[in-house]
Amino acid sequence: MGNVNRFAPWLFLFPALVYFFLLVIYPIFGSFWISFHDWNGTTFQCSDGRSLLELEEDESCRRVPVMTWVGLDNYERFFEKTPRDFERVKNYWIGIFTGEPVRWPRISVESKVLLNNIKWLVLFPAAIPIGLAFALFLNQSPAWVRITKSMFFFPFVLSPAVIAFVFQYFYDPAGPLKEIYSALGWSSGLIGDQHKATYGIIAAGWYPQIAYCMIIYLAGLTAIEPEQIEAARLDGAKGWKLLRRVILPQLWPATFIALVVTMIGALRSFDLVQVMTGGGPGRGSTDVLARYMYHKTIFDQDYGYGAAIAVILFAIMLVFIAVFIQQMIRRDEEA
Amino acid sequence: MFPRPIETWKPSTRTLYIVSVFVVLIGWLLPLIIISLASFMTADQLNAGGRGFNMPSPFSVDGWRIAFQNDDFRGSFINSFFIVLPVVAISVGLATMAGFALSKYRFRGQLIIFAIFIGGNFVPFQILMVPVLRLTQDLGIYDTKWALIFFHGAFQTGFCVFFMRNFIAQLPSELLEAARVEGASEWKIFTRIVLPLVKPAIAALSVLIFTFVWNDFFWSLVLTPASPDGMLAPAGLSNIIRGRYYNAWNVMAAGSLLVALPPVIMFFLLQKQFIAGLTLGANKG
Repeated sequence: MGNVNRFAPWLFLFPALVYFFLLVIYPIFGSFWISFHDWNGTTFQCSDGRSLLELEEDESCRRVPVMTWVGLDNYERFFEKTPRDFERVKNYWIGIFTGEPVRWPRISVESKVLLNNIKWLVLFPAAIPIGLAFALFLNQSPAWVRITKSMFFFPFVLSPAVIAFVFQYFYDPAGPLKEIYSALGWSSGLIGDQHKATYGIIAAGWYPQIAYCMIIYLAGLTAIEPEQIEAARLDGAKGWKLLRRVILPQLWPATFIALVVTMIGALRSFDLVQVMTGGGPGRGSTDVLARYMYHKTIFDQDYGYGAAIAVILFAIMLVFIAVFIQQMIRRDEEA
Repeated sequence: MFPRPIETWKPSTRTLYIVSVFVVLIGWLLPLIIISLASFMTADQLNAGGRGFNMPSPFSVDGWRIAFQNDDFRGSFINSFFIVLPVVAISVGLATMAGFALSKYRFRGQLIIFAIFIGGNFVPFQILMVPVLRLTQDLGIYDTKWALIFFHGAFQTGFCVFFMRNFIAQLPSELLEAARVEGASEWKIFTRIVLPLVKPAIAALSVLIFTFVWNDFFWSLVLTPASPDGMLAPAGLSNIIRGRYYNAWNVMAAGSLLVALPPVIMFFLLQKQFIAGLTLGANKG
């Protein structure tokens, strides 16, 4: 290979790399930096240190934020009430299990947000087995089944904001679930009640996610070699046993992708919460890190605190990102 | 095949299957059916207890008409095309080159660069929010559609590189070597050999990126909060339609369906490409 080849890859790579670094990689560090400061988002000075008021008429300068260094204060603020609220929630559950239930405790907004994120992480992945069930149900070849598959899948292409409107209407106390609500005594409906709303939003989130998992599993099922299934059938395996011993292990790559994408989707849940409840009802009853960060920054102009919340969210997500990258690269080396 | 093909089932079981597929399908689409019905009702019917399993009476297209006649909402809808199409061109174009570099050459740092593109793709938007916001303010494009094009172009490049690199890696290297022996320049190899071969990947990626960007809500709120001719349709739905017609569910229902329509049409027209794009990498390992 000549000299051309040494530089050629870099020339092909250069535009994408620079552009991606500027808007995706560099901002991550920018947010870390802001998270160690107190900043209201509106105070600026010139990059040479002059105040904006000192500028001559029609003179301009590069504006840089004037921020106060506060070290880890923003993080301490976020976790300040966590130990106390952990005790309170623990006592609530002890009460439930010992048969002496107490009222749900008062906890800080930050604790509610963390708790809601945990609810998302635990419940949102239910979309994976449901998607698998749909895939098994629809893994047939006649033309009419193929059309049916697309009808099951297309909710995936809807904007989460649209899904939010659809389910807000669906959950309306005077809507199609009216009779069920009155039978259960839920007068304010599923997302009008502080203690149920998060579950309602997660269920709305399942809608496109089930469709996604279904399509991933359908592709996985198609990729399994028919001979393997036939061989297992000759050995007498069928039904549930065949699924567990032969099919599921073969579907592992699909399960892995579904798992990572679903976990990351659970942590990214912004649109549904923002549109359906705006974090309420009440203070933060359905709020999650992604939305709370946006709210703190844009509405409370607490940029440093918002950045700290973003970093916390990023740290949680990094676990899943790292697992995914590692698997991708390992798979690549095997190929 | 698992489960066994229905052709081999007993006729009675097969009938039961057909019926159950349709019942489950209706149940699955129920939320969408309900909101479609609402879009053809009058606001009076909806507010007089008509939500739920009722047929529109009288049948009315007021909701659709009002949503579509709202200048700001229509502006955001049309504007979406002028944001989405440049983003598709930018990200797919840049990523095809980068994917080629990452798959058909060997150089130091290759793996790390690839890992950065994959990882960047999954970061939460919130950690990019303020620095990206500041950047668009410094560039003077804040609150215009250019801010959204600028950001999404870069962000989607990450996913496209991931996709393109894996696709191009599967192409036979012998073809490129042969051209090199004949003295073709690297650029010529890229445009004459690689590009024609990646056409299916470009098609699959384009429909995916179209959908992803069309559906974005968060970045419109952050980068174009106050300009209807800058934001994407989902933000138009939430900010404009809900802001003005919060007590008219027929308008909100019609607005939601309007926003949903372009990706849905695109999906049904280009299903094969869409699903090929989405499932790449889901069945190897």
